[in-house]
Amino acid sequence: MKHTLAVLVENKPGVLTHISGLISRRAFNIESIAAGYTEEPDMTRITIVVEADDEYVLEQVVNQLSKLIDVIKIIDLTGQDRVHRELALIKVTATPETRADILNIVEIFRAHVVDVNKETVIVQLTGEERKIDAMCELLEDYGIREIVRTGRIAICRGPVSAKEV
Amino acid sequence: MNKLIDGTLIARDPETVWEDEESLSATAGIGAKVLLDVLANEGVEVIFGYPGGSLLTLYDALLDSPIRHVLPRHEQTCVHAADAYARISGKVGVCMATSGPGAANLVTGIANAYMDSIPIVIITGQVPTHLLGSDSFQEVDITGMTFPITKHSYLVKDAEDIPRIVKEAFHIAGTGRPGPVLIDLPKNIIAAEVTDPRPPKVSLKSYKFFTKGNSGQVEEAAKALAQSKKPVVYAGGGVITSGAGPVLRELIEKADIPVVTTLMGIGSVPSGHTNLLGMVGMHGTITANLAVNDCDLLIAVGVRFDDRVTSGLKHRFATKAKVIHIDIDPAEIGKVIRTQIPIVGDARLVLEELFQKVIPPDIPEWWEQLRRWQKEYPLQYEQDGHLNPQTILETMGKVGGENAIVTTDVGQHQMWAAQFYPVRSSRQFITSAGLGTMGFGFPAAIGAQIAKPDRLVFLVTGDGSFQMNIQELATTVQYQLPIKIILMNNGVLGMVRQWQKMFYNERFSQIQLHANPDFIKVAEAYGIPGIRVESPEQVETALQKALAIPGPVLIDFIISPDEVVLPMVPPGKAITEILGGNV
Repeated sequence: MKHTLAVLVENKPGVLTHISGLISRRAFNIESIAAGYTEEPDMTRITIVVEADDEYVLEQVVNQLSKLIDVIKIIDLTGQDRVHRELALIKVTATPETRADILNIVEIFRAHVVDVNKETVIVQLTGEERKIDAMCELLEDYGIREIVRTGRIAICRGPVSAKEV
Repeated sequence: MNKLIDGTLIARDPETVWEDEESLSATAGIGAKVLLDVLANEGVEVIFGYPGGSLLTLYDALLDSPIRHVLPRHEQTCVHAADAYARISGKVGVCMATSGPGAANLVTGIANAYMDSIPIVIITGQVPTHLLGSDSFQEVDITGMTFPITKHSYLVKDAEDIPRIVKEAFHIAGTGRPGPVLIDLPKNIIAAEVTDPRPPKVSLKSYKFFTKGNSGQVEEAAKALAQSKKPVVYAGGGVITSGAGPVLRELIEKADIPVVTTLMGIGSVPSGHTNLLGMVGMHGTITANLAVNDCDLLIAVGVRFDDRVTSGLKHRFATKAKVIHIDIDPAEIGKVIRTQIPIVGDARLVLEELFQKVIPPDIPEWWEQLRRWQKEYPLQYEQDGHLNPQTILETMGKVGGENAIVTTDVGQHQMWAAQFYPVRSSRQFITSAGLGTMGFGFPAAIGAQIAKPDRLVFLVTGDGSFQMNIQELATTVQYQLPIKIILMNNGVLGMVRQWQKMFYNERFSQIQLHANPDFIKVAEAYGIPGIRVESPEQVETALQKALAIPGPVLIDFIISPDEVVLPMVPPGKAITEILGGNV
């Protein structure tokens, strides 16, 4: 089962390495990890998606992560009512013959074209992973040159913020 | 900050909130000077260190500091000695080494302290900040290398941070579940001016630890104990760290319940106490292991269900028991064993509360059973006329008195010492438990003797382990440390040989220590007298002679390579498959 962890950490060098190192040592695969600044200047928020079948082992990892001095708080967002999104940039081969078809797909997915040249277009898409996967599958027929994805970020619905959970 | 508990200082007092002393005598100056001032203010009396290029400014400032510096012959000794100093004194141990190879040589010792939850602060030199990350001379990424084996680490990039970081480091190392904290100091940082040498109040919003256990849970524990028919207390290193030995003893006496200890817990209950069933685990007593296997209530205090105790069989360990787990580290709860009554808190505070609430259970049948096992499976060895290692340890206990400190290396001699040396109190038996570091013993003896100059210190070692840090004979002489070195010399790597004998069809591979030196001549070369003992009759006289000599002495006990440590629960086997007991 996939778990989404929101990890609030002190904005200090090496924190990301520490966290990913600890998780991988405990034999979890990190599916994605995304970090960025937050509403507080000295706090970074890291969203981690891990695949864990054993809840017990996951609890262990959360406990171990909590011991890191620079970790302020960890929230397992998995069971929570939440919004999660990912951003993808996809460079697709687009000849004059195929460009219209590609733009059609882009429109259906409510994506955007952010760059265009004689050979390719770059498509920007925001959404849940499944949506991005689906569009990539369709674009594959035209020739995908490059994909870059941010990994999932997530936030709880409602007025309460993660640090207050 | 420091408080006296059964005669020893402990670095942390869980009942008081961390307060800053305003009395800091530090004045402005360069980073090195301010560092030493703040260390002195933290109560540091001794640093085990080894100089080098990156630390030259610090060693210069050291000449004007009241802090004593001890110079061993290898950086590994610095960290092991600081570790043992902490174990003996209850204070935070401090060691330092230069950048690159100096820092890298500390790694094993840091891991050792981490595994046994020992509070030490490690100071490493580092190349100047403008050379960081450029593979410069004597540069290693020591904070990166030691990340998984430190409780926390700092790479100081601004000299003004030194007072705060040192203060935080001591706070983190010595509170909660103790552990090693590393401070990496670039060469230009210790030379830079610090304008404000006063450390700010420690404010770590992300660092918290529990002290008092949840009273409701303690109530539950007391209830479970009152209803239990077959309770056992399983006591570990956390009991010693928290100074819970005396209250544990009161508890088991008031409730009249049996207790087993781990290797780290030796000394928490005095040897020979009627309620003590001995050590549990791979080389523990059969009674202790059977008791844990059969109990209906396991009261685990300051332990982590290590695989040397559970035999790696978490689903077959104490299966009939309800488990109460008292530990200061919430991550230990449920890590190995599912716990019915978890209590997160300081072992001493929790046991004190439990002591107030305890109702002695009525367990005459259980005691009958335990006494039957003790009679049937005593801890024994065959006195075959040869020089048995167990005899040496028993005699040491007799002639050494109640207060002797024992440090051990790792291997057969360590297990014999754990089984046969009569340890009477906490902080008396110092051994590398979790990491099992050969070479730990001699540095540990040095750290112990520096911490307690007036007490008798025995080093129990083997010819394999001893040669891993044999160069410290020089340190022993230089600082006139009257350590009595008990060398169990069998010419082989005994524990490896034992496993090859038992589990690899006696196919002995790389265990012969051919070309061992004449250890007495080696000792004499350093000016240390040596005594050789080859028969059991000579043991007592030799030990008495060694004790009569005011300085260090080496006794070379020639024992047979065929001696084995028994009983033994083979790894991955249940207690019923114990060797050396016919259970």
